Amino acid sequence: MNIPADRKYTSTHEWIRSEADGTISIGITGHAQELLGDLVFIELPEVGSELAAGQEAAVVESVKAAADVYAPLAGTIVDLNQAAVDAPETVNQDAYTVWLFRMRPAAASDIDTLLDAAAYQQIIDAA
Amino acid sequence: MELWRAAHASGEAPTDGAGCYSPIHGGSRIISQVHGQGVNSIRVRPFFVSGMPFDPSYRQLETMMKKTVLNESHRRSGARMVDFGGWEMPLHYGSQIEEHHAVRRDAGMFDVSHMCAVDVEGTDAGAFLRRLLANNVERLKIPGKALYSAMLNESGGVIDDLIVYYLDASRFRVVINAGTADKDLAWMRARLDDWQLTVSITPRREGAHALAMLAVQGPNARQRVWQVLPECRAASAALKPFFSTSVGDYFIASTGYTGEDGYEITLPAEQAESLWRRLSEAGVRPCGLGARDTLRLEAGMNLYGQDMDETVSPLDAGLAWTVDLVSERDFVGKAALLARPQQYQFLGLLLLDRGVLRAHQPVHTAYGAGEITSGSFSPTMQQSIALARLPLAVAIADTVQVAVRDKLLSAQVVKPCFVRNGNILV
Repeated sequence: MNIPADRKYTSTHEWIRSEADGTISIGITGHAQELLGDLVFIELPEVGSELAAGQEAAVVESVKAAADVYAPLAGTIVDLNQAAVDAPETVNQDAYTVWLFRMRPAAASDIDTLLDAAAYQQIIDAA
Repeated sequence: MELWRAAHASGEAPTDGAGCYSPIHGGSRIISQVHGQGVNSIRVRPFFVSGMPFDPSYRQLETMMKKTVLNESHRRSGARMVDFGGWEMPLHYGSQIEEHHAVRRDAGMFDVSHMCAVDVEGTDAGAFLRRLLANNVERLKIPGKALYSAMLNESGGVIDDLIVYYLDASRFRVVINAGTADKDLAWMRARLDDWQLTVSITPRREGAHALAMLAVQGPNARQRVWQVLPECRAASAALKPFFSTSVGDYFIASTGYTGEDGYEITLPAEQAESLWRRLSEAGVRPCGLGARDTLRLEAGMNLYGQDMDETVSPLDAGLAWTVDLVSERDFVGKAALLARPQQYQFLGLLLLDRGVLRAHQPVHTAYGAGEITSGSFSPTMQQSIALARLPLAVAIADTVQVAVRDKLLSAQVVKPCFVRNGNILV
């Protein structure tokens, strides 16, 4: 499975992409969607919520399982992907394109603390 | 992301529940290994199923698990394998939802060889089962007829649910769940000892005369089976629901766990791989136990270990129709059931809000508290459904509240059969 090198990752299977406007987009990795199976429900946080790094932000549920999606960094929720909520299966189809929510990081430099694609690959391989 | 709750992957006909998920796969240990970041990322979630996402201990367990004769076939078909009561079984082969639809719309097949066929034979076989089981095997008068029953302990709790096939006056075949087979057999043998009856109890899951079981289910299941096994057509076409017949080495039953037409075929284990391959070539889709679970949930069928167990009376699990309290016959657990009448009714829930109902979520009603025993997303209905134990005063069409995480969601009470033969009933 290809792990895009244009973004960062967490050990808890979120991907994080920096956008031109200084916000970050967050989604779940291809590995995560594969393990969860067919997604049927996504619950997103409220715009304006201020979250700490590692705090629960969203919930994704498959036929079989539910999983929390964490805020990868401290920051404020600024946008939600309603299209993903309306069609959760698109996350299975294209996990690295379908973002779930966007945040404005409290400190932009925090993003450097996240994993790069190679480091995330190692985590998957070790699991 | 952290996986924190997984509905049981089980789905055996009738079931494969309790005890399936060994305590060594506790959620906290697994999650701590996954995250490797210390306790602040650990939250203990009691429903974590081993072999499910993010279970790194699975690979170590692999060598310890029992395998059915079709294990290699599943792997070749790309199955995601999971631990099921100590058996390594396919959860799905890519998409649980597509497998579910295949059974509702066409034909799918399940390897259920981890379930255990037990031959109960001897002059006292009937007398033994009359005393052992809550349903009355005296109702079985025609050879081949099948009966669903609970096997109870003395306090009226359910040790297992099973199907008994009546072959002739001295021969019965009982099919018990995978995860409960060892305790079931020990219980049966102990009762046999107590009662001093002349009966042989022969499990057929392992050893020289091992049997495999395939469930072929769906509106086109019969046609596909006949295409592959033309020699079985005449005998099996004549089967009414819940009957069985033997054709050569094949034991073919018109039973199932999906709410669709079809057969459950028991055959010598060494022939299973060939039949699986030929059915697959005939267009029968391999389906995992994940789809089996959502299919049985839509059909309103109980799953052992989830909807009932040794602490639950069959009367509170919607199984009163299988318990014979009318005849004079005594059976294990009868006195306890008579002493403690039904306390809950077992009904369906249809989620009106967005979300997914899951086992163990509390239900708030105008008449007191209830609990969801099985819940998931219904692929056929495209909304979440559940089975629940509810106070006796709750009525069909009532609206109740289900506690899902930090919210209360509205659900409607319905009869616990959501889908049958492809049709939505609620």
